[in-house]
Amino acid sequence: MIILEMLSWPFMQRALIAGVLVSLCCALLGVSLVLKRYSMIGDGLSHVSFGALAIAVALGFTPLSFSIPVVIAAAFLLLRMAGRPHWNSDAAIAVVSASSLAVGIIVISCTTGMTTDVDNYMFGSVLAMTDADVALAVLLSAAVLTLFVLFYHKLFAITFDESFSRATGLKVDRYNTLLAILTALTIVLGMRMMGAMLISSLIIFPALTAMRLFKRFRSVVICSGVTSVACFCAGLTASFVLSTPVGASVVAADLCVFLLSCLVSFLRHR
Amino acid sequence: MAPDELLVCRDVSLGYEGQSVLEHLDLTVREGDYLCIVGDNGSGKSTLLRGLLGLLSPLSGQILRSPELAQGAVGYLPQQTRAQRDFPATVWEVVLSGCLARKGMRFFYTAAQKSQALMDMGKLGILELKDQCYRDLSGGQQQRVLLARALCAASKLLILDEPITGLDPAAAQDLYKTLTYLNQREGMAVIMVTHDLKAALRSARTVLHIGRTSYFLGTAAEYLASPQGRRFREEAEL
Repeated sequence: MIILEMLSWPFMQRALIAGVLVSLCCALLGVSLVLKRYSMIGDGLSHVSFGALAIAVALGFTPLSFSIPVVIAAAFLLLRMAGRPHWNSDAAIAVVSASSLAVGIIVISCTTGMTTDVDNYMFGSVLAMTDADVALAVLLSAAVLTLFVLFYHKLFAITFDESFSRATGLKVDRYNTLLAILTALTIVLGMRMMGAMLISSLIIFPALTAMRLFKRFRSVVICSGVTSVACFCAGLTASFVLSTPVGASVVAADLCVFLLSCLVSFLRHR
Repeated sequence: MAPDELLVCRDVSLGYEGQSVLEHLDLTVREGDYLCIVGDNGSGKSTLLRGLLGLLSPLSGQILRSPELAQGAVGYLPQQTRAQRDFPATVWEVVLSGCLARKGMRFFYTAAQKSQALMDMGKLGILELKDQCYRDLSGGQQQRVLLARALCAASKLLILDEPITGLDPAAAQDLYKTLTYLNQREGMAVIMVTHDLKAALRSARTVLHIGRTSYFLGTAAEYLASPQGRRFREEAEL
């Protein structure tokens, strides 16, 4: 009954469609990112996209058309940083994300004053999704799914061992770039619903959960996608029923499932 | 290039950003060779390996590769990263990924590639680990899995980067035995960078010692008689 009532609202329909697709993309990309030890990049990108969004609103641009190029550029930059062995890459990423957060907050407070806007950007709002966002989410998830199916074996090889893949002639940099672009797009899209502070958990939690439960890479990928979508639906429903913020509810659901998976793997290894 | 030559370096200098680490190296690797690259830390062993693999182009001189190698059929065993040790994948998935270079644009691995992978696992004695998770294996077993993957990628040349790092002495012994077997029975050429001189000299036929200013290239016996090798022999006799 509640579900029917929930789905009778158009903004809930949009949130559900876009959210399911975004969380699916996050989960698939997340497996690669987490295993490559790039989790921090997702976090950094969400902060950059917060700053970009704030500037876009202040200058009167449409949010997506401004923040997408900025975040993609940041993704390139962060990936470069992470790839340099003699750089202190996690410190560099922390610097980038803190600075863009600061810029974003200053811009917002100068233009509109610290009102609900900041709150919405930081912690997300279920009302944020427009029809254009839904369309973009459909396109994006189609791209991510195609990438995963077509290049599954190559992605596995590159995630597992970059040096070996490079030596056998795979264009590793090309795939890493593609991964960065898709991650950037996913984060920009999901950020306004989930919030800048919380979107990166969509990337990290499902992958971690799946890695605890499964031994095969393919099962890990599938489980990660399923967990992510299920947690999103559960979180969205909970937020509708209890009127809690949607981003936080989804993360709470992810956390519950993650703790459950920890328990399962603990019991299994005893 | 003669048909049995796999890799030829002609007056090669390697380095980064114009600064050369290694200069004027001449080196030929033929089918069935067993070459050990030794030298102090920072002498350019890893740089040379990157050059041989084609990941770094030489500052001057040429590195020639046999046609097969040029297509990416290199059996490379890189140093393990920390991220790899707890990777959630089965042994089978890891070994099969070695066939990727020959897979081309097809989506699935062919039956021939799968049976090749099974055969390579058999050679290394890890068939029964097929469905186990890579992260649950011991260091020695993981190294065997990576070696099987390297065999899937190449039939003529293995390039190993400090393969015994992190292995206990028994596992290291096993690995050397396996390499000798592959070299002698299967005719696989082996290039290995190592710190473990004693074991290296026992199995290797040729030794390349990279020093700060010069390098030495010769057989294991010649190496022991050379000034660089004598220092090591004195240490070993103590």
